[in-house]
Amino acid sequence: MTEFLQQLLNGLSLGAIYALIALGYTMVYGVLRFINFAHSDVFMVGSFVGYYMGKLIPEGTLWGGLTILVGSMMACAILGMTIERLAYRPLRNAPTLNVLITAIGVSLLLEYTGQVFFGAAPRNFPAIFPVTNFHLGGLIISSNQLMVIIVSAILMVVLQLIVFRTKIGTAMRAVSLNPKAAVLMGVNNDVVISFTFGLGSALAAAGGILYALNYPSIDPLMGVMPGLKAFVAAILGGIGNIPGAALGGLILGTVETFVAGSQWSTYKDAIAFAILIIILLFRPAGLLGKFTVEKV
Amino acid sequence: MLKVSDLQVSYGAISALGGISFEIPQGSIVTLIGGNGAGKTTTLRTISGLLRPKSGSVTFLGEDITAVPAHKIVARGLCHVPEGRMIFSNLSVDENLSMGAYLQTDKALIAKNRDYVFSVFPRLKERIKQMAGTLSGGEQQMLAIGRALMGNPKFLMLDEPSLGIAPRLISTIFEKIVEINKSHGITILLVEQNANLALEVSRYAYVLETGRIAMQGESQKLRADPQLKATYLGG
Repeated sequence: MTEFLQQLLNGLSLGAIYALIALGYTMVYGVLRFINFAHSDVFMVGSFVGYYMGKLIPEGTLWGGLTILVGSMMACAILGMTIERLAYRPLRNAPTLNVLITAIGVSLLLEYTGQVFFGAAPRNFPAIFPVTNFHLGGLIISSNQLMVIIVSAILMVVLQLIVFRTKIGTAMRAVSLNPKAAVLMGVNNDVVISFTFGLGSALAAAGGILYALNYPSIDPLMGVMPGLKAFVAAILGGIGNIPGAALGGLILGTVETFVAGSQWSTYKDAIAFAILIIILLFRPAGLLGKFTVEKV
Repeated sequence: MLKVSDLQVSYGAISALGGISFEIPQGSIVTLIGGNGAGKTTTLRTISGLLRPKSGSVTFLGEDITAVPAHKIVARGLCHVPEGRMIFSNLSVDENLSMGAYLQTDKALIAKNRDYVFSVFPRLKERIKQMAGTLSGGEQQMLAIGRALMGNPKFLMLDEPSLGIAPRLISTIFEKIVEINKSHGITILLVEQNANLALEVSRYAYVLETGRIAMQGESQKLRADPQLKATYLGG
């Protein structure tokens, strides 16, 4: 039982990171109907911004850690908006396939520019937050794990409030449902799309910092696998659906952790993806996704 | 109030509007009628900035708006209720109305407009928390018009408000259109396939045929016109 709870905890903290990344995929898909493959590299840049900020800010303090978290989120929000402005906006009226290929190009650009500037060798991410282990029964909860779960939960609640309670959030949903009609309401779709990229990228950066806290070896290609998993999580939850992305991330992280802790640990990715395939066979639109039927 | 001069629009090599001109005086209801593919919707989309003309110009309140981006045209008080209603189906009725007021900053005015919309379409108030996609066709049309009214328009363009709506509701909606025009002095450009109905509520009419204005005149006179009768009014 203790082992089960321990694994559940480990799984949820990994899943929360997948969820943070998945939200960016799903939000961008919502407004632009394409998969932003460069998103996983924004996650990587998030870690590296944290790494370099860590050189300037004393390690192991709560305020220092939070400063790094917020700083990295802001830097990546700007990066995400810049990518959108330079790479995707010129293609606004181009076929989706062109945008998709461009996204792969941007992804490669970030990865290999990263290798030029950061070097290809892995670096050790500093312990930016104070580290302690809490013992609860037989359970060992590290403060970093707790940090992951608390920070992700807060960010997801904030995101939910932005999307469902603010004007720009309502505009995001409107643009995603019908961009032409949104324009007729006076919405500048470019501003909304840019905001969406900023928001998604900030969440990816937070994911990058939290991931590096628990897996402190970072390199320019570190985003590839978590990015792929998060993409799968977004599909699993129903692409374009925000609570779905969060749910998908948590499920995927938990399943992966349980499999990794069992005798089939070699097949953890295979099993995680097999589950995806099975779920999609029964719910092709994802767990929370639905094919909307509009009355005429 | 609105002046369209020699407007030419084409989709690639296919010409949709071959140079049309018309004028809409303040406070009136003017209708644009014609069959399928005559260019009615294209005309409205070009006026509201969703399409760019090949040549010609659109002047609104004395200013040339031909090259103004669509989202900035709305700010000038020109609202377009598009064909097929285009309501935000996964947003509630309330949120749809809020989107209509997207550019409005005066809270008191927003509240006043909301009350006005509910007074015109009480049905919307009953369904305020409902997802817009679950409304009936007629209710969706009411919502689309209500949403446009939230933008405090001086000039309202309605594209086929009778399309796909129960006959009983069509007359209600047309009564409301006249009411909006009378009580609020909002100028209206009405595009309709249902020519009978359109000529009944409007003061002046243009008849569009394959991208050209084939006929124009006071609606009452056009209703008696034998040629128009034969083509559009079912004998």
